[in-house]
Amino acid sequence: MSKPKVAFYWAASCGGCEIAVLDIGERILPLSEAVEIVFWPCAIDVKYDEVRAMRDGEIDLCLFNGAIRNSENEEMAKLLRRKSKILVAYGSCAHEGCIPGLANLKTRREILHRNYIEIPSLDNPDGTMPRTRTVVPEGELELPELYDTVLTLDQVVEVDYYVPGCPPVADQTWAVLEAVLEGNLPEKGSVVGAGTKIVCDDCPLEKKETRISGFVRPHEIVPEPGRCLLEQGIYCAGIGTRTGCGALCPSVGMPCRGCYGPPPGVLDQGAKIVSALGSVIDSQDPEEVERIMAQIPCPVGLFYRFSLPHSILRRKTTDDYKD
Amino acid sequence: MKRIGVFVCHCGINIADTVDVKRVAEEASRMPGVVFARDYIYMCSDPGQALVRETISQEKLDGVIIAACSPSLHESTFRAAAQEVGLNPWQVEIANIREQCSWVHTDRKKATDKAIRIVSTMVEKTLLNESLSPIPVRITKRALVIGGGIAGIQAALDIADSGHEVILVEKDSSIGGHMAQLSETFPTLDCSQCILTPKMVAAGKHRNIRLMTYSEVEEVSGYVGNFNVRIRRKAPFVDWSVCTGCGLCMEKCPAKVPSEFDRGLSTHGAIYVPFPQAVPNKPVIDRDSCIYFRTGKCRLCEKVCEIGAIRFEQEDEIIEEEVGAIVAAPGYDTLPVTELKEYGSGEVPDVIDGLAFERLLSASGPTGGEVRRPSDGKVPKEVVFVQCAGSRDPERYKPYCSKICCMYTTKHALLYKHRVHDGQPYIFYIDIRTGGKGYEEFYHRAEQEEGIIYLRGKVAKIFQDGDKTVVWGTDTLSGRNVEIEADLVVLATAVVSRDSTGELVKKLRIQTGPNGFLSEAHPKLRPVESINSGFFIAGAAQGPKDIPETVAQASGAACKVISLFSRDHLEQDPAIAWVDEELCGGCRICVSVCPYDAREFDEERGIATVNEALCEGCGSCVAACACGATQQRNLSDSQIRRMVTASLGGE
Repeated sequence: MSKPKVAFYWAASCGGCEIAVLDIGERILPLSEAVEIVFWPCAIDVKYDEVRAMRDGEIDLCLFNGAIRNSENEEMAKLLRRKSKILVAYGSCAHEGCIPGLANLKTRREILHRNYIEIPSLDNPDGTMPRTRTVVPEGELELPELYDTVLTLDQVVEVDYYVPGCPPVADQTWAVLEAVLEGNLPEKGSVVGAGTKIVCDDCPLEKKETRISGFVRPHEIVPEPGRCLLEQGIYCAGIGTRTGCGALCPSVGMPCRGCYGPPPGVLDQGAKIVSALGSVIDSQDPEEVERIMAQIPCPVGLFYRFSLPHSILRRKTTDDYKD
Repeated sequence: MKRIGVFVCHCGINIADTVDVKRVAEEASRMPGVVFARDYIYMCSDPGQALVRETISQEKLDGVIIAACSPSLHESTFRAAAQEVGLNPWQVEIANIREQCSWVHTDRKKATDKAIRIVSTMVEKTLLNESLSPIPVRITKRALVIGGGIAGIQAALDIADSGHEVILVEKDSSIGGHMAQLSETFPTLDCSQCILTPKMVAAGKHRNIRLMTYSEVEEVSGYVGNFNVRIRRKAPFVDWSVCTGCGLCMEKCPAKVPSEFDRGLSTHGAIYVPFPQAVPNKPVIDRDSCIYFRTGKCRLCEKVCEIGAIRFEQEDEIIEEEVGAIVAAPGYDTLPVTELKEYGSGEVPDVIDGLAFERLLSASGPTGGEVRRPSDGKVPKEVVFVQCAGSRDPERYKPYCSKICCMYTTKHALLYKHRVHDGQPYIFYIDIRTGGKGYEEFYHRAEQEEGIIYLRGKVAKIFQDGDKTVVWGTDTLSGRNVEIEADLVVLATAVVSRDSTGELVKKLRIQTGPNGFLSEAHPKLRPVESINSGFFIAGAAQGPKDIPETVAQASGAACKVISLFSRDHLEQDPAIAWVDEELCGGCRICVSVCPYDAREFDEERGIATVNEALCEGCGSCVAACACGATQQRNLSDSQIRRMVTASLGGE
């Protein structure tokens, strides 16, 4: 019997998920024994055309990381969907949009203008802007088109499983690979490589009563050791974030940022957390509440740091939204 | 898929004039799960309810939507009707197309479209509704009444007469409250003491009433039917079980303390009863004024007490009791004269408030009922009464009408005239409000037969000039400024909520309104209940009111308690919060936000639970639960999402 064929791909991502795969450490050796890696742009030289040449469904498992932000991302998502039996949205970008998804707070025009015209360190006297087609003496060059809206993988193709995390922790990645190789898979559409509760469940810090009379950023105070960070006014997303990481951040005194996404049954992680925090602001005075909330400079960036494209909000709309 | 019936009510013309009810029914019939839709002129009438019942049976409905008025009006009506024919009441929902639609719109087409969306929203909810059953809760058939004024006394007596035990807690050493301070009562001029003291004695002697005076409620936990109460019994430094109330200690005590009961117009010793008719008639030692407590020397009371009842070593006691219902009747205060700057800030000796004047009129008062002014004891010949002193003055004091002042000022002037025949009373007023049985007649008698001069206008300034107290005011009817060199001025100061009421409501977890008065569950239909189950309210702590109204409200509150106690057990609405234990991560935010202490943390399992008997279904914890483990029964996140989608037109 031939070895199962595995592919890895990165779309709009930082590369962290690639490292996360390698983070399984020495286990990469038995993995490479057990499977045939047929496509992994980060690690091996296989051309897109070689993938196009494969039979549909030839790849047994594709771990796809990164959001869908340009036409190349989308094309590859569609291609790998066709070629793969199991397509996994691996990591927060593919799952929910993650940091690249915060681009949905701007339009494409604003982003390009900022990057190619406004930035002070830029030297672009002719105001050259990226174009999908450029004619040079040697012929016509084609670049992928940047999309106005960052999408998640499941907003362009059908996804079989989701592995959350920015990035997913190594043990969870390994567990998912093992489960796939053993054919021990849950219901299609499930989140795998994660728990079903919230980070608080794994968090070793002691919780008593949450009443927030003001927010502080982590560098502004030395938190009382052993005590829940949220109770101390440090925004911690653990209350609305799925387990799976083992509460890595709060265990070392840093607040959870929410990268494992919403727990089961929650549609919109940011909205749920806002609702929870709104319930524990320790004031009945509207002006005081306003003052406390003003301590959060960018609520969307904070509460939807990982989940904006997948949330109910999806993106910022403006009157001149059409670009 | 459910089989839902939609019943659209015309409410006469209330709905049908603005909303095309036929079209609503027609559109509803095409909504998912809807197998029957009809309109009818009065759905809440007998034939209307019969239509609902018959259709449930014939069409085998397992969900019903009544598109009509607010659920607070008829939700229970239609749920009961459905239950009669075997449909679970929690499968019946109201789509409010009256208060939230026809009453607030005029454009028929838009209103109809909105009504259709409202119905569609409730269809989405009903599709996911579960059948629920009420949660049984046991009842401790014993009541706590807080406050020993006329409201508390009346409520306690009524509950006790029905055969149930009552604990009556009063912070002062005697029950009686403000009513005990009054001389005569309007409009009948009954002597206040004569009608009150028999009730005080009855309350003191009732076999079902346990009187706990000189006591305050420290903490209340638990829920309707099952409250745990901690009461602090302040140390009176007298063993009341042996004290006979002979009064010798009070006679001999060398300390002089201004009498609060006499509004500072007389003094008593450091060991005292507030007034001779006190119930119980047992003295207490005021620790702050007692010479022994201050200097370590004296103990004269101990020496003269023949039976040895004085106990300087006594300490406060904490008593814990279980009760099933609580009546809060903590009473009122009046705005201190010191706060009224333009009226002398309390520094003009012959400017007093209404309660002080009551003491001057009272036969048992400091002057034995002779009207003598505080500064020099002279009988005043010209007395000015100022109404609305601090009331109806939103800019500076209280925005509301204190309600009782028009009548008691008239009574004051009239009683003054009866005592001092050659005296001249003046009353400054904004309006005379005489809503009450016999009140208008009483006012006419005072105005036309008793020679009282009524001046319509406000008093701008009161100040002392020699032995006169000068009043500057305006008579708006003649348009002239008025200056009166009075011998005595009586201010009808605003009735205000007590500071201690604010502390009490925090302990009881009941609500107050904008001016600190206790909030009733519904201003018209539930005037003696708090919004929190098991708490009832009575007396002027809920808002200014006169004695008949107070007594009526107290009896009403008592009736509610008795009706609660008439049941074998209570039924709690099951549409409350529940926890998916698989999801709960134990962040405890729900425990922090629950206003009813219904959310508890199970340390062993590391999850938060819901005490079903305590949960009022307010939804605070549901909103606060970021992990989605806490959901409201029949109002789950998925229901709300579908409802929001439907209300936005289904996109």
